[in-house]
Amino acid sequence: MKDEVTREERVDNLKGLGCSRKRVEDARFTQGKGNYVDDIKLDGMLFGDFVRSPYAHARIKSVNSEPALKVPGVLAVLTADDLRPLGLHWMPTLAGDKQMVLADGKVLFQGQEVAFVVAEDRYAAADGIEAVEVEYEELPVLVNPHEALKSDVVLREDLVAEDGSLPDGAHGPRKHHNHIFTWEAGDREPTEEVLANADVVVEQEMYYHRTHPCPLETCGCVASMDKVNGKLTLWGTFQAPHAIRTVVSLISGIEEHNIRVVSPDIGGGFGNKVGAYPGYVCSVVASIVTGKPVKWIEDRMDNLMTTAFARDYHMTGKISATKEGKITALKCNVVADHGGFDACADPTKFPAGFMNICTGSYDIPTAFLEVDGVYTNKAPGGVSYRCSFRVTEAVYLIERMIEVLAIELNMDAAELRRINFIKKEQFPYKAALGWEYDSGDYHTAWDKALKTVDYAGLRAEQAQRVADFKAGKTRSIMGIGLSFFTEIVGAGPVKNCDILGLGMFDSCEIRIHPTGSAIARLGTISQGQGHATTFAQILASEIGLPADSITIEEGDTDTAPYGLGTYGSRSTPVAGAATAMAGRKIRAKAQMIAAYLLEVHDNDVEFDVDRFVVKGAPEKFKTMKEIAFAAYNQAIPGLEPGLEAVSYYDPPNMTYPFGAYVCVMDIDVDTGVTDIRRFYALDDCGTRINPMIIEGQVHGGLTEALAVALGQEIAYDKQGNVKTGTLMDFFLPTAWEVPNYETDFTVTPSPHHPIGAKGVGESPHVGGVPCFSNAVQDAFRPFGNKHTNMPHDHWRIWQMASKLGMHD
Amino acid sequence: MSKKMHVKLKVNGKEEEFLAEPRELLIYTLRERLNITGPHIGCETSHCGACTVTIDGKSVKSCTMFAVQAEGSEITTIEGIGNPDDLHPLQTAFKEHHGLQCGYCTPGMITRATKLLEETPNPTEEEIRFGMAGNLCRCTGYQNIVKSIQAAAAEMNAAKEAAE
Ligand code: FES
Ligand code: FES
Repeated sequence: MKDEVTREERVDNLKGLGCSRKRVEDARFTQGKGNYVDDIKLDGMLFGDFVRSPYAHARIKSVNSEPALKVPGVLAVLTADDLRPLGLHWMPTLAGDKQMVLADGKVLFQGQEVAFVVAEDRYAAADGIEAVEVEYEELPVLVNPHEALKSDVVLREDLVAEDGSLPDGAHGPRKHHNHIFTWEAGDREPTEEVLANADVVVEQEMYYHRTHPCPLETCGCVASMDKVNGKLTLWGTFQAPHAIRTVVSLISGIEEHNIRVVSPDIGGGFGNKVGAYPGYVCSVVASIVTGKPVKWIEDRMDNLMTTAFARDYHMTGKISATKEGKITALKCNVVADHGGFDACADPTKFPAGFMNICTGSYDIPTAFLEVDGVYTNKAPGGVSYRCSFRVTEAVYLIERMIEVLAIELNMDAAELRRINFIKKEQFPYKAALGWEYDSGDYHTAWDKALKTVDYAGLRAEQAQRVADFKAGKTRSIMGIGLSFFTEIVGAGPVKNCDILGLGMFDSCEIRIHPTGSAIARLGTISQGQGHATTFAQILASEIGLPADSITIEEGDTDTAPYGLGTYGSRSTPVAGAATAMAGRKIRAKAQMIAAYLLEVHDNDVEFDVDRFVVKGAPEKFKTMKEIAFAAYNQAIPGLEPGLEAVSYYDPPNMTYPFGAYVCVMDIDVDTGVTDIRRFYALDDCGTRINPMIIEGQVHGGLTEALAVALGQEIAYDKQGNVKTGTLMDFFLPTAWEVPNYETDFTVTPSPHHPIGAKGVGESPHVGGVPCFSNAVQDAFRPFGNKHTNMPHDHWRIWQMASKLGMHD
Repeated sequence: MSKKMHVKLKVNGKEEEFLAEPRELLIYTLRERLNITGPHIGCETSHCGACTVTIDGKSVKSCTMFAVQAEGSEITTIEGIGNPDDLHPLQTAFKEHHGLQCGYCTPGMITRATKLLEETPNPTEEEIRFGMAGNLCRCTGYQNIVKSIQAAAAEMNAAKEAAE
């Protein structure tokens, strides 16, 4: 029989790698049929909510829940005293510290959980919360980590021995009672020596302010203890459902097989939903106590004030170069504000995440990094807000240092970058702070970006604008923001990456059904990234069945293979690789089946798009659909029936996506209003799985970057009150403030990833923040600005202009 | 707790009658009492628009209104905008142009956009951005939402022309 369909049509039919396949998730979301945690309703379900501390630092003298228990609809109130006998009044954090589940004698930040009121509905719970009487004794508040390191005030008495000595923390010796750890990378002395003898040296302090991932859906869960069967089911907004199951098992003593954790649809995560929060523990306990399912959903204020802040790094960079601009050394010191408990979500061996990627995209021979973690009276967290662990901080530091150095050298910042880029032929490149960059072609990307935006033309226009401003012809100035970033994602190799001792591999399990469709389950969980769409595409190309015939399922620990979840752009690099590898196992068995059916030797058939063909005789073939059926209806000697595979993928290295961004901005110096005239984003994420989704990720990541750079912050006053606890004060850009972005790409596949993909979800945030900030700072460079801290909201920009005498 | 009040209203064409405390927010009524979970909660302070519904022809953030205030009104939620066999052009366009990611803002977005296109059948990009500014999205950066609405507008206008 002649094959009527061309090879090209067969490829298209798969909707595999490289296809802008429409998303399979969208049907339910556009019709209001998503299933988010707050949509879950169970018979007799109760609602729990917290009494929270109004103080940032206080001793708790008493908690009286009696009046609350009289409130109609209130069934129970949990306090630390109730949790103590179970050993659940404290819980371990992801960072090797421990955290109070409910205030145990004191509170360390405003909004801290003091008691958990369980009621028939939300209104009754709110009434109950009002009725709980808590007596506080205020203590001195520390909101500045530099001061905390000098203060006599002890925040964590539990971490000071009775004789006053300081036991080691999870990451080694501690220098002061409010000190958590010191973490170093690189070589201190050689770096200091180069800096001391360099032609040119600049030092710059910068504060990367505290902010918050603030997904549109807050965190929440439903816990249901089935006492008859001894099974606990926990639905929740978990970016890492398996890790949550293990944590729940470890702290509750319930055996892991008796716990089922389910992440339903998740309304955005961005790092907010990685951690384990007191609400989860209290819901579980409340369900055990009451015998009923218990739901806990944060409101927006709880969310902004208590779960998972990001950043809050006080950084000092020192960089040296030759007169010609060749960088010779970089030193970076960080004082990291971790809040009242160290609950950073980082791999165990990296208490400052991958901050040691701070040499960026540049060939810097000598470098040293030192990070000190500090306790303060702020909320715990320290998550990677749309970035790999602390990579946004690292990239911001280096991309600002480059600009500051350019000013010192009186050089063009684009040129300074170019002469310092790691060259294509240097990859794999071993960086001074330890990482081995897998691949890159920075010069090509940079040149393409600068050419596309007509960089020289923009600089000429800017010079004219400066002249016009000085001549009094305009009150508007123009900034050209540049950034070139290298991300480090896909954590990570089990040899150096684990969380709570769990290796950071990921997994995929595939079952091919007899009629040639399939289901694949993964250890990750989508929060909007479109996994159900893209993982099916990876698989389609690997196994030759159409993506439309492949169901992807994630998030149910009873059915999905173990994995460490979705954050730090690890899904494509790790689970995506597992998917490809599992697909290859399917293909290997399919090859044997095909050879049997075609009555040739295994090696005499080869894979071609959606079939195995006899080498040299393309008219003799068996499609994957036929092979799938044969796997279930033929007794093939030496082969088990069925067609299934599972792969656990331990990545040999991280992946290193990179990109070149340019932002053109006009600023009205009298109002501080910014107008983003153009934003060009070139991303190289290696092999591109679904260009439509990549573009969407870039738009979203850039918008979150715009927010952080231009206004979004979690601010505290001196008493430790959160000043930005609602969406009135916490800046989330609307459609009105956001520009249209131009996206572009180059493709430098990862050499060690099975399909060459690197991950993209977080790159635009990592590269975007410095780009927006650099645009503001560049506009003021001709008027004397060297560095001004973010966020650059209108008021602060106005102040910048004022300070530079531009209002005189 | 104060005295319950009698409320009668119509949601997606269906009459509903119940007793509610005066403090009961409409979003709560929809989601908890009537099991209409398309409208979501993102803030409960009128900022995010995830809870947007149409009440008597106007876009309303249902976290901003008490159920008793909606007495006698006609409410449309995302569930009443289209169905699997007869999708609204906006529902198709959002999928076609990747106007959503996590989907949490989407019901509110689409519900708001139906009104926007009724008020302004041929909106400019600026009108769309302004008209949708009450609805926050954390995922998409809005570019593809704008595109989706433009595409739906074109589609609806073409259909109208063909019908005339
Ligand atoms: S929940 Fe109503 S506007 Fe946010
Ligand atoms: S798609 Fe996630 S908030 Fe809009």
